Amino acid sequence: MVFSSRFVLPGLLMVSLLAVFSAPSVFAQENPYIVAYDHYLEEPGNLEIAYFSTFGTQHGGNDFHAFWGEFEYGVTAWWTTELYLDGQTTFQDSTVFTGVKWENRFRVPKREHFINPVLYVEYESKNGADKVLKEVEGHDVESDFLIPNAVARKDHIHEVELKLILSSTFKGWNFTENTLAAKNLSNSPWEFGYALGASRPLALKASAKRCTFCRQNFIGGVEMYGGLGDRHSFGLHDTSHFLAPVLAWNLPSGWTLRISPGFGLNDRSHHFLLRWGVSREITGFGAMVSRLFGGRK
Amino acid sequence: MKAIVAALAACTSLLAISIALGQSGNPGKSPAVAAPQYNPAIYAELQKAPEKARKRTNPLQNDPDAVAAGAILFEQHCAECHGEAGQGGKKGPSLRVAEVQIATPGAIFWVLTNGVVRKGMPVWSKLPEPQRWQLVRYIQSLGEPGPAAESPAPKP
Repeated sequence: MVFSSRFVLPGLLMVSLLAVFSAPSVFAQENPYIVAYDHYLEEPGNLEIAYFSTFGTQHGGNDFHAFWGEFEYGVTAWWTTELYLDGQTTFQDSTVFTGVKWENRFRVPKREHFINPVLYVEYESKNGADKVLKEVEGHDVESDFLIPNAVARKDHIHEVELKLILSSTFKGWNFTENTLAAKNLSNSPWEFGYALGASRPLALKASAKRCTFCRQNFIGGVEMYGGLGDRHSFGLHDTSHFLAPVLAWNLPSGWTLRISPGFGLNDRSHHFLLRWGVSREITGFGAMVSRLFGGRK
Repeated sequence: MKAIVAALAACTSLLAISIALGQSGNPGKSPAVAAPQYNPAIYAELQKAPEKARKRTNPLQNDPDAVAAGAILFEQHCAECHGEAGQGGKKGPSLRVAEVQIATPGAIFWVLTNGVVRKGMPVWSKLPEPQRWQLVRYIQSLGEPGPAAESPAPKP
């Protein structure tokens, strides 16, 4: 694992940066959510590379900075696949690689409806030091993060997660409701959680001039997420919940910046999370790979 | 676990190298591709628009900025598949053909909103309605004579 955190992750970072800066990009109309998902999938053949950070306060322990990289590829107009690499630094403790995640999202209906369901299937291989809080499930609470990294990383978790994403767009607003069920493949009960989101561009009409700071390039909103207990004790008891305003800025150069301060809603939650992220969409990635292997010119 | 991480590193590196190689012959632009052969069946989706959707009029039909704004939106979201001037590309058909140009604004708006998901065109309802109407206005301008198929404003 020392090998992985000291050499592989910086190597991946360098290679990804090279790709992000050198490949042709396309303007991305990205939503501002960091936890919640809407029903819009990656465009077919495009690859989005993203980096996200979460700074979190820790009552009774050391604050932390968790981070993850995302590689999101549009396989078809109805299927998006995504790979995550996660890590974290706990201040006055250590920096550790915490795991990988592979998720797939499938759009069910052929056409747009008032409510659009998307099915989400994920496999996660992580250790107990994971702090990215990309989803909150079961009885995840702040005190779970008090365990020192050296101890927590010895706990290996293989987990399958299913989500039902229900998303609507109405008069420029997006509303999304995600419910999740996660199962640790060791002998643990199903755990449940939720995420809700609402967002809207600051302007609905596009400008007739090219601009970076036009209001239509900014999308603001709010998301709320938390745990719902497990199969044996379903409900809000002993769970954590967060409310987080979100803002995305889609730049004409193809970059998207996101920022989101999050606030814990009960005393089981981290009091404050500050998240930010940067992403870039690379156009025609699938065709490039195809050409590399002698595919159609 | 080391093996998994190493495999991931190898895969990611390979993909990144492929990006670099893929664009090496065409710096800064998507590769030029021949427009696909004309196939009227591709445009059948326009006929599937419900009557109510087909009859919708473009609220921005007379907006003097609609074509220019639509041109920028087209370049940002559509040109990758349909070609920079809507002439068609490897993934998307030409939008200059009669089937599109005689279609009602409502029918084009309906296809934009719903996509043709099973045939590769994503839904574009993530663009707010006014932006979709601006796109419709631009697409229909591609069939107009003279300077109607305006190029987007020059890049700074």
